[in-house]
Amino acid sequence: MSGEEEVDKNKRRILLAAATAMGGIGAAYVATPFIISMDPSARAEAAGAPVEVDISKLQYGQLLTVEWRGKPVWILRRDAEMLKNMMSLNDMLRDPHSDELSQQPVYAKNDYRSLNKEYMVMIGICTHLGCAPTFRPELGPEDLGPEWKGGFFCPCHGSRYDLAGRVFAGVPAPSNLVVPPYRFVTSTRLLIGVDPEHA
Amino acid sequence: MEWLKQTRDWLDERFPVMEFWRGHLSEYYAPKNFNFWYYFGSLAMLVLVIQILTGIFLTMNYKPTADTAFASVEYIMRDVKWGWLIRYLHSTGASFFFVVVYLHMFRALLYGSYRKPRELLWIFGVIIFLLLMAEAFMGYLLPWGQMSYWGAQVIISLFGAIPYIGNDLSLWIRGDFVVADATLNRFFSFHVIAFPMVLLGLVVFHLVALHSVGSNNPDGVEIKSKKNDKGIPLDGIPFHPYYTVKDMYGVVGFLIIFAAVVFYSPEMFGWFLERDNFVPANPLKTPEHIAPLWYFTPFYAILRAVPDKFLGVMAMGASIAMLFLLPWLDRSPVRSIRYKGWIFKTALALFIVSFVGLGYLGTVPATPIATGFSRLFSVLYFVFFLAMPFYSKWDKCKQPPERVKYK
Amino acid sequence: MKHCALRKLCIAGMIAAGLMVSFPGALWASTGKVKLDHANIDIHDTESLRRGAKYFANYCFNCHSIRFMRYSRVAKDLDISEDDVSKTMLFTGAKIGDAMNIALDPEDAKRWFGVAPPDLSVVTRSRGVDWIYTYLRSFYKDESRPWGVNNAVFKDVAMPHVLWELQGLQEATTGTINSKEGVEHTVITGFNLIEKGKMNPDEYNNVVRDIVTFLAYVGEPTKATRLNLGRWVLGFLAVYFVVMFLLKKEYWKDVK
Repeated sequence: MSGEEEVDKNKRRILLAAATAMGGIGAAYVATPFIISMDPSARAEAAGAPVEVDISKLQYGQLLTVEWRGKPVWILRRDAEMLKNMMSLNDMLRDPHSDELSQQPVYAKNDYRSLNKEYMVMIGICTHLGCAPTFRPELGPEDLGPEWKGGFFCPCHGSRYDLAGRVFAGVPAPSNLVVPPYRFVTSTRLLIGVDPEHA
Repeated sequence: MEWLKQTRDWLDERFPVMEFWRGHLSEYYAPKNFNFWYYFGSLAMLVLVIQILTGIFLTMNYKPTADTAFASVEYIMRDVKWGWLIRYLHSTGASFFFVVVYLHMFRALLYGSYRKPRELLWIFGVIIFLLLMAEAFMGYLLPWGQMSYWGAQVIISLFGAIPYIGNDLSLWIRGDFVVADATLNRFFSFHVIAFPMVLLGLVVFHLVALHSVGSNNPDGVEIKSKKNDKGIPLDGIPFHPYYTVKDMYGVVGFLIIFAAVVFYSPEMFGWFLERDNFVPANPLKTPEHIAPLWYFTPFYAILRAVPDKFLGVMAMGASIAMLFLLPWLDRSPVRSIRYKGWIFKTALALFIVSFVGLGYLGTVPATPIATGFSRLFSVLYFVFFLAMPFYSKWDKCKQPPERVKYK
Repeated sequence: MKHCALRKLCIAGMIAAGLMVSFPGALWASTGKVKLDHANIDIHDTESLRRGAKYFANYCFNCHSIRFMRYSRVAKDLDISEDDVSKTMLFTGAKIGDAMNIALDPEDAKRWFGVAPPDLSVVTRSRGVDWIYTYLRSFYKDESRPWGVNNAVFKDVAMPHVLWELQGLQEATTGTINSKEGVEHTVITGFNLIEKGKMNPDEYNNVVRDIVTFLAYVGEPTKATRLNLGRWVLGFLAVYFVVMFLLKKEYWKDVK
């Protein structure tokens, strides 16, 4: 009789294990659509779709602002003098070589933080607490001091960035301005939101 | 695994974990002769959980205003990832809730589960049924289709039939002169928060009342009357593991049928998702044929059978009120149909025919013939209850067994 | 009105001699409901869907929006490139991810048509596939109407016969039936082609079928996914059911 009972226990154990395992799998499969349903919907994706920008009319020193995914994206055309001035600032910057990888795509980890050194693309939101910095291209204004070689100044708490969006040391903001994914569709059209084809 | 035991013990010192486990599961004794009709209680709980879960996720994207509601449902069906599945689960769940609850209630009719000492259990159940109907009614307004709108308009206007306070009452319920944005928004609040909370509370009461007296069974004999020397009913088995396992099996069987509908026929030929409800609500255009959803139709047929508006409302209310009286109407010496005589069996058969017949008649236009049959079936419906004090006494019953019949 | 009815009766009498036509036609049954033809669509037929999308864009989309669909969704589900969809369906200013709305102002539409053309996103779910199939083939000549046509399935419809070029123009043949209450009704018993269109009846039926197939897809774009997934879910549950049955039986051996 005891032999019979042992067989029973094994059978029970196996069946219970099978039932529990299948139940777990089933539960996981059921939970998945619910969790995924909280992802951005097709409507959010459409609203967050890439934005094409015509930069053929952009002058040197001019800043163009477009909206992508609800955020302001700055496109700045830099001239040779701006680029030269930028290079002299490295010692005053917190992260001059864009080592913090989350702030820009891999193709923007270079001296100019851009695909093309003339055109700077970045998101105009201060990395401190989210205000919109002001564009200050002029050299040595009174409120920013004689060392100022052009860049962006955030009025909320005084954070400063250079013309490549790199943050100065000693200001509240912790990191460089974010560079979004973008590509050149043609030499005069940018597409914000998509990486370049062979990036 | 030792840490599991330790966690359990830590909790048990501060919370009645083991007391609950023993009192309601491993040492709660249920009759061993439960049959098919006894699956529907646990299935009702399952569907409640399904509705709440899917409801929570639908509420994330549904918009409760007259301008945006219809569009938000289509948004869920198309743009929200897996939204279509969540919606169909909820709409199918609503209909299946009533299938399960009707069968669950029918079991009580079969075996006298409403008899002493289970009258309170039954009363909680009927209250749950009433609230469930209200919950479903309000939920149906939310898609803001033609049937949503006009169904609500008709049913709320019934309140207008009540003398003196009727019109003010309808105005107060609607929050406007006709069913409008205000009505939709408040029905949303009721449907999503107010009624689910009350329903959950009542389900808890329902289960407490059940566990206080123990389950009835198909033979209608009290298992607690025959206990062994340890105080355990001879015909009882611990709920866990026997009924936990059996109910899980029932759940899977149910889910097969449920999934078949969700994936292959969520509209159920217009019975679960009505065609007219794919047309946005138009307060200026009444559809040709307004019918409530199938689970309301028996009561709707009773309403229409009475030629007077107010008396029709009274009749409809009385038809549900009858249910509350059942424990006191049934004066049979035995509980279960298995030992009742031919009179009860005939009465029950007539009741089923009437209820189903009324259900069908509630879906068709009120032609003279249809109204005639509705009146006949309404009478039979009420006679089942009102004559019961008499025929339950007259009926020749058999002697129920001392112990339950098993195998 | 009386004169009109009498005329119709005379015509009916003459035609009763047997001038039936190739169209199955719309016949009034004794319940007073129009008998609908079966559309016999197949939503899995991608070619049909593509043709339907094209016809819809060319003939219907000017007045009827399908605002719950997105262009990008049509491209993805029908396996058409977003470029092609942009060229054939996109209105100027719209982007590929946008909803398929139309430029027609509803107030203007009301003035021109008497009623704004409804959005057709879920029309197959409210009217049914067979109804739309029959409707698009049941326009007939009626001088008394603003557009010169009426419709056997939708009396006094405000819509012109947009597809007249393809179908041609029909006239209705009538007859009388007695309703259950004994009242005589004049009903449409069939159609007669009086002006040829670019297509013969079979070709035209196929066009309408394609449009209806596309609209059925638009009504529920996830249907194919739903049907496919159902097999897997039911399959899993069937196996699980067997396992649970064995488990239950095993435990219940204890109960004597």
